[in-house]
Amino acid sequence: MKEKKQLVVSAIKDGTVIDHIPAKLLFNVISILGLDHIQNQITFGSNLDSKKLGSKAIIKVSGIFFAKEDIDRIALVAPQAKINIIRDYGVVEKKTVEVHDTIEGIVRCVNPKCITNNEDVKTKFDVINKYPVRLKCHYCEKITNQNNMEIISSS
Amino acid sequence: MQGKSLVSISDYSKEDYLRILDLAGEFEKNPKQNLLQGYVVATLFFEPSTRTRLSFESAVNQLGGRIIGFAGADSTSVTKGETLRDTIKTVSNYCDMIVMRHPLEGSARFASEVASVPVINAGDGANQHPTQTLLDMYSIRKTQHTLDDLNIFLVGDLKYGRTVHSLLMAMSRFRSTFNFISPPELKMPEEYKIYLDSIGLKYYEHIDFTEIISKADIVYMTRVQKERFSDPIEYERVKNAYILRNEMLANTKETMKILHPLPRVNEITEDVDHNTKAYYFTQTRNGVFTRQAIITSILGIK
Repeated sequence: MKEKKQLVVSAIKDGTVIDHIPAKLLFNVISILGLDHIQNQITFGSNLDSKKLGSKAIIKVSGIFFAKEDIDRIALVAPQAKINIIRDYGVVEKKTVEVHDTIEGIVRCVNPKCITNNEDVKTKFDVINKYPVRLKCHYCEKITNQNNMEIISSS
Repeated sequence: MQGKSLVSISDYSKEDYLRILDLAGEFEKNPKQNLLQGYVVATLFFEPSTRTRLSFESAVNQLGGRIIGFAGADSTSVTKGETLRDTIKTVSNYCDMIVMRHPLEGSARFASEVASVPVINAGDGANQHPTQTLLDMYSIRKTQHTLDDLNIFLVGDLKYGRTVHSLLMAMSRFRSTFNFISPPELKMPEEYKIYLDSIGLKYYEHIDFTEIISKADIVYMTRVQKERFSDPIEYERVKNAYILRNEMLANTKETMKILHPLPRVNEITEDVDHNTKAYYFTQTRNGVFTRQAIITSILGIK
């Protein structure tokens, strides 16, 4: 008998699904996207079975289609994530996230003496390694790593 | 180079370095020329400096240019909370070039993006000080008659010393062999060793400051800074372990020269000053010619 397919996290009509988030990073993703501050309907599930990740999380956000910067934020935290754009309950577009060669305005420089942490200067980094992420500050030239990286949340 | 800011030593190519050094050689022969008549250079020193500021100002004055600026931000609108952005935008209207020292790292790159005139970085915190590196290279070439294949010993604080990092990056283009002598807590950072490995250059690390310097072409001394240590006893121990004394020079090469970006505290004893291998005071003199070369290149006069 065929197994009945059932959605653990219920479907949305219009919006965005972020899938294949490593389970332990679910709340990081919620926080960097500023999802804890918005009024839209959000459903999520964590510790779901995943062949690829072992244990994954999924977030479904109704009525929101993320801007490029937000997708770049996801890439830095959860590069394996997949993004589906939903219209009228159907997937109209699938996106993989990608770490670009330069990162602007979404990561804080790790160096407290950097000009970007002391004046109103938009941060900018050259990506010197993608997995794990290693960023070189365009201004102070110090390296920010995956493990000390602080993402500037979406407002 | 013309019209371009000089923020980091990596802004220049190997050819650029050589061009500046050649030009500095010409200025050494003839440092007083009326090349900068009608030009105004602003020296904005948000932080103390003796050599760098005075040698920039001397370089400009000897070429007939005029200087405006300040040494210490106390007498400026910075005390009223003016941002660096606004200060630089304003000063851009008054001069042909800005020379800036600032305690924050990355401030010079930022200033170069805001300014409508070229910016020369005269030190941004612990980050970069490219004119020091160029004058160090000028001193090396002048005393060794080449920059290629030299054995360079870097001594003291190799972890935080911005001059040693920039010198390493620049001299690596000339296939130097490097010897690092430092206390374990002030070792050369991994990223520089990885870089040297990646381009196939040899380097050796030493804890003890001994006879090993007999192999050196250049011994580059640095100051071990007290503020890097949380334990004052540890600082005293380290400070006194990395002192260059005259008797240590007995078996070194005839042509070897000792460089130091200065100021020194106690890391070179005064009896070394009279040794012909001591070059650090001439090195500061070379700073004037090197800066004349950099300023005139950027202004498109040379």
